[in-house]
Formats: sequence, C-alpha cells, structure tokens
Amino acid sequence: MADTLVIKGIEFTSRLWVGTGKYKDFEETRKVIEASGADVVTVSVRRVNIIDRKSENLLDYIDPKKYKILPNTAGCYTVEDALRYSRLAREAGISDLIKLEVIGDEKTLFPDTIGLLKATEILAKEGFIVLPYTNDDPIMAKRLEDAGAAAVMPLGAPIGSGLGIRNPYNIRIIIETAVKVPVVVDAGVGTASDAAIAMELGCDAVLINTGIAGAKDPIAMASAMKHAVIAGRLAYRAGRIPKKLYATASSPIEGMLL
Amino acid sequence: MRLKINGEIVDGVKAVTVSELLDELKVQSGRVAVEVNLTVVRKQDFETFRLGDGDAVEIVNFVGGG
Repeated sequence: MADTLVIKGIEFTSRLWVGTGKYKDFEETRKVIEASGADVVTVSVRRVNIIDRKSENLLDYIDPKKYKILPNTAGCYTVEDALRYSRLAREAGISDLIKLEVIGDEKTLFPDTIGLLKATEILAKEGFIVLPYTNDDPIMAKRLEDAGAAAVMPLGAPIGSGLGIRNPYNIRIIIETAVKVPVVVDAGVGTASDAAIAMELGCDAVLINTGIAGAKDPIAMASAMKHAVIAGRLAYRAGRIPKKLYATASSPIEGMLL
Repeated sequence: MRLKINGEIVDGVKAVTVSELLDELKVQSGRVAVEVNLTVVRKQDFETFRLGDGDAVEIVNFVGGG
C-alpha cells in the first residue's frame, strides 16, 4: 500500500528530509543527498559574493527538477527579517515552500514562538506553504496550524545538539491530538535510533542536517538515517506491542515433558 | 551611478536595469533573487526595473543550510 506524505497537494516520496549545511563541498552534499534517498533538501538564502564570483552554485549539484528545494529563514531573529528572507527565497526558487524560523536565542537557537506565529499568519496569507520550526509545545503547534501552517516542525532537541528526541510524550501529543497537519521532527536527531524513535512516535517525516553532516562518514550516516526512517515508519504502521513490566512466555507450556 | 550592493558601496555602475546590473557583475540571473530598497524585484521585471543613484540592492542565492 502506498504510504505517501502529502502537504498542500505536494507529494513527498521520502520521509527523510536533509539539510545541505556544513558539508566540505558541493560534491559531498550531492553524494549525501543521493545516499539519503531524500526528495526534500533545505537551503539557506544568503548574499551572492559580488567581488569574488565563484562559478559554482549549489543548484548545479541539486537538480530542482529532481528535488524539492525547501528554503529556510535560518538566522532570522525578527518577524520582519523572516518575512524578508521568505519573500526573497520564493523569488530565488521555484515554489512557495518555506521552512520558517524565527530564532529567539543565540545559544539555544530555540524558536521565538510569538514571532513565529505572527510570521506564519502573514506568509500563509501571502500564499506561502509555511512549515514553521517550533518547540515541542502542543498548544503552540495548534496555534500555528490555526494560523495557516501547512505542517509543523517541532524540535527534537536544540539544533545541531544531537541530543535526540528529548520529549517524546509531547511529540506524541502533538501528533495524536494537537494538530491535523503533518508533523515533521526538525533538529536534534543525532543518530539512526533517534530518527527511528521519531518515526515510531508517528511523525510524518524527519529533517536532519548536522546528524549526517557532522558524522565521521556523512555518506554512510545518510544511508543509516534512510533505513532508520523507513524502519521507524514501518514499525509505527505495524503497531508496537504495549510495554509490560513482567514476562509473557513466547513458547507454549503445553506439550512440555513432565 | 553609485549603488549599495550587498552592503558595499559600488561607484561607476553603468547598468540602468536590474538585468544589466547582473550582467555587469557577471551574476547568473536565473538563480538569484534581487531586492531594491527592501522590495523584491520579480524575475520577469529584471529587464525593465530601472535603478536609481543611491539605491540599496541585495542580490541573494541559495547556499547550504539546514
């Protein structure tokens, strides 16, 4: 049975989404994306170096016809900046997708959810497909959905921390009761088991950058994450057994020698 | 003409339109977004949008990010 993720009519073939930051060169970025099997890649919007023009461009390595380009507003600390970057991203790209970040603090990179909510509302009205990077608060997730978010992207842990899914209970509440839109865990995934846990909770997808880019062998880790996401999704759909404190024998008692 | 391009003062710009400016800077127009005085210039307007002395121009593209 097909198990396709759809957000605002856009079909996603992969439930692993990958970032393109922190790689040593574009060639490594390309290989990682290929190994990950992802069809969504995030990018940032930055000034073109007009003095030292490089001929190479990230999009020479990531074919926008093959991959969905998801620009972010990383580095934006105000609603105004996030709006400005979003509008530029839409013009530089080919779609209305935006991974909206309004950051509240430099040390933790936690989202400023008040600003995030305002920016989500404005951009959704301008026709953007807004995917806000938020905290693991179910109420905020609901508010973002009400403001027009096409999906919500709660953090598993601080960006780049590799601490895994720190509050699986809240993530479950977001998925099960808070929102109807897809839930994509963004940030904090450090290794394959973290990605599998996110998917077992019922997340619709996982976005990973540092967990892959920072690994000793990013290409091998991309492959590990791909399999973890597939395994976690299958386990979620299969329905895990309830946890119990005591044993239940797997082998029959009947027929045993007396 | 003097422009402020990506935060740098640039003197002696010959370009009159956005697309001429991108040509002058040898920037591929297909993969950038341009903002003039805080307003995004649509790609279809690059050839007609006229720059004025002292305009603040931002030229951005996609880079690696998470």
